[in-house]
Amino acid sequence: MKIVVCAKYVPDATGDRKFNADNTVDRVGVDGVLSELDEYAVEEALQIRDATDGEVVVVTVGPEVARAAVLKSLQMGADSGVHVLDEAIHGSDSAATSLILARAVERQRPDLVLCGMASTDGGMSVVPAMLAERLGLPQVTFASEVVVEDTTVRIRRDGDAATEVIEATTPLILSVTDQCNEPRYPSFKGIMAAKKKPVETLTLGDLGIAADQVGLDAAWTRVDGFTERLPKSAGTVVTDDNGSGADQLVSFLVSQKFV
Amino acid sequence: MPKDAPTPTAPLDLFAIDALLDAEEIAIRDAVRRFCDDHVRPHIADWYEKGAVPARDLAKQLAGIGLLGMHLEGYGCAGTDATSYGLACLELEAADSGIRSLVSVQGSLAMYAVYRFGSEEQKQEWLPKMAAGEAIGCFGLTEADFGSDPGGIRTRAVRYGADWVLNGTKTWITNGSIADVAVVWARTDDGIRGFVVPTDTRGFSAAEIRRKLSLRASVTSELVLDNVRLPAAAMLPAARGLAAPLTCLSEARFGIVFGSLGAARDCLETTIEYARTRRVFDKSLAAYQLTQAKLADMTLELGKGMLLALHLGRLKDAGKIRPEQVSLGKLNNTRVAIAIARECRTILAANGITMDYPVLRHANNLESVLTYEGTSEVHQLIIGQALTGESAFR
Ligand SMILES: Cc1cc2nc3c(=O)[nH]c(=O)nc-3n(C[C@H](O)[C@H](O)[C@H](O)COP(=O)(O)OP(=O)(O)OC[C@H]3O[C@@H](n4cnc5c(N)ncnc54)[C@H](O)[C@@H]3O)c2cc1C
Repeated sequence: MKIVVCAKYVPDATGDRKFNADNTVDRVGVDGVLSELDEYAVEEALQIRDATDGEVVVVTVGPEVARAAVLKSLQMGADSGVHVLDEAIHGSDSAATSLILARAVERQRPDLVLCGMASTDGGMSVVPAMLAERLGLPQVTFASEVVVEDTTVRIRRDGDAATEVIEATTPLILSVTDQCNEPRYPSFKGIMAAKKKPVETLTLGDLGIAADQVGLDAAWTRVDGFTERLPKSAGTVVTDDNGSGADQLVSFLVSQKFV
Repeated sequence: MPKDAPTPTAPLDLFAIDALLDAEEIAIRDAVRRFCDDHVRPHIADWYEKGAVPARDLAKQLAGIGLLGMHLEGYGCAGTDATSYGLACLELEAADSGIRSLVSVQGSLAMYAVYRFGSEEQKQEWLPKMAAGEAIGCFGLTEADFGSDPGGIRTRAVRYGADWVLNGTKTWITNGSIADVAVVWARTDDGIRGFVVPTDTRGFSAAEIRRKLSLRASVTSELVLDNVRLPAAAMLPAARGLAAPLTCLSEARFGIVFGSLGAARDCLETTIEYARTRRVFDKSLAAYQLTQAKLADMTLELGKGMLLALHLGRLKDAGKIRPEQVSLGKLNNTRVAIAIARECRTILAANGITMDYPVLRHANNLESVLTYEGTSEVHQLIIGQALTGESAFR
């Protein structure tokens, strides 16, 4: 079974975040990582591959530094990578990203496309659905368990009110949650093998996409401004003097309009 | 703190150490750091306090990312370079010197002895199991009366037909009572030779040394060999004379050059964080010049030690390192590490003596690290001999 994983390079959530002058997220001047939520998609792909004797290709769209997301996936065990790299991509929204991904993914003729449930920076969760629409493939989102038998895929989705089990046939697009597995550490052998694995670099031209179809100017929405979150304040300590603690807590919650 | 105060820089970042590492080395380091965060740090204070570490389970987990015998080629080993091995030791020892000891003894002493001096059959039999953490190894050189002077060991191996019979006692042997296989060094008519001893051989026994105040999260044992009879094939064919075990020790020492700095880094980072949040006499402990002078001096020593370690790593990877150069690194870095740990303890003051913080645990561990793999004095003598051409050992 041939599996393509869409993996995003995002700013490291534990580091400082910065914005560019055009109000886009700075991905180049800060430490970045493979989006943690995409690690679950990579892990799921590796498990399915090992059970079905298949192949895992990782696709990343992003600037030069984003190659680190491909490399991390290869270190975990993916077989090869594709990096779509083109200056015109800067500032692309989800719609444009899904166009680029669709063209890059379709060249692979995959049986299964796996995505994370959201990116840890944008947090939109819409790319898998957009990708499915562009590729004309069925999609199931937020999979908590994936079982593959030949061309049949059984997916468990855990909702608030109910759990549903959905059956679908390949080719298929799935997004997986952080409940579906425990992503592996790259082993030293994996780390050493990764640098010998093939990574194809593609431009928009290679994918038959015109520069004006993507990027900041083609985006359907625009970020007008942003405000940094205020630094955490010291907090309020409630001292329970002879049983007055509960009353103090209630008046605090009321004063902050929490109740 | 004022809003645009610069984010504090970590001590080793001030030296831009990452600029000296390639992507693969950084990936290996990060994998070990994450492993320790998940599997060691949450439990280490407990293990240390109880003086008991689940070494067999831990060995399997360590093997999972490829840590056991990582710098050896083939036989299920990852085959990394020496610098990566050093960086891995540093991260392990930042968690605890005892965990690094487990890995050092397995990979650089027991596995390395078989890898370097063993027959093909010995390698096939032991190395894959040891790389997978299914078999644990120990390295028995030291005896009660022969530590710094292993040339004097009394354990004897005597021919009995084609077989060998071993008698003697070894002490201070890391992993001894949990080992499946012991590499034992013994005197023969033909000088010192090494033997691969499965620990279930009749006459072999091991007892754990209790009441330690250092390396409590590491197993240390006494080995007794009472008429242990081994086939001829148990001898390491290529190990002749004292040079063989000393070559293994040089491998493990190299790991300590990096490892000891891990303990120091952990102390220093803990202490900087502590000083920034601790208030004394109405202001932050970090805002006093005396504190900053201590932190700056410790950072200098840590960074210089790291530059030395990386230089030695590159020399080793180029196949050019000499044993006395490893001694430079072992002497300097264990010495600065223990000095940093003790100085950090002064900044944490009373909190520093508890197990809520790692500093006194590291300082106590480093007492052993200063002593094993050649004491500081022995390394001074090795360096002195290199400088003067005079041997001052006896
Ligand atoms: C926790 C721990 C784990 C260990 N694990 C192992 C292991 O796995 N395998 C193993 O074989 N051994 C192991 N050892 C033993 C270790 O290698 C020895 O303790 C070390 O070599 C020192 O020997 P010693 O303790 O007998 O000290 P001694 O040799 O008695 O030294 C006493 C003091 O004399 C100094 N000294 C010695 N010779 C000279 C000289 N010529 N000139 C000046 N000063 C000198 C020493 O530096 C030291 O300060 C371990 C030790 C410890 C503490």
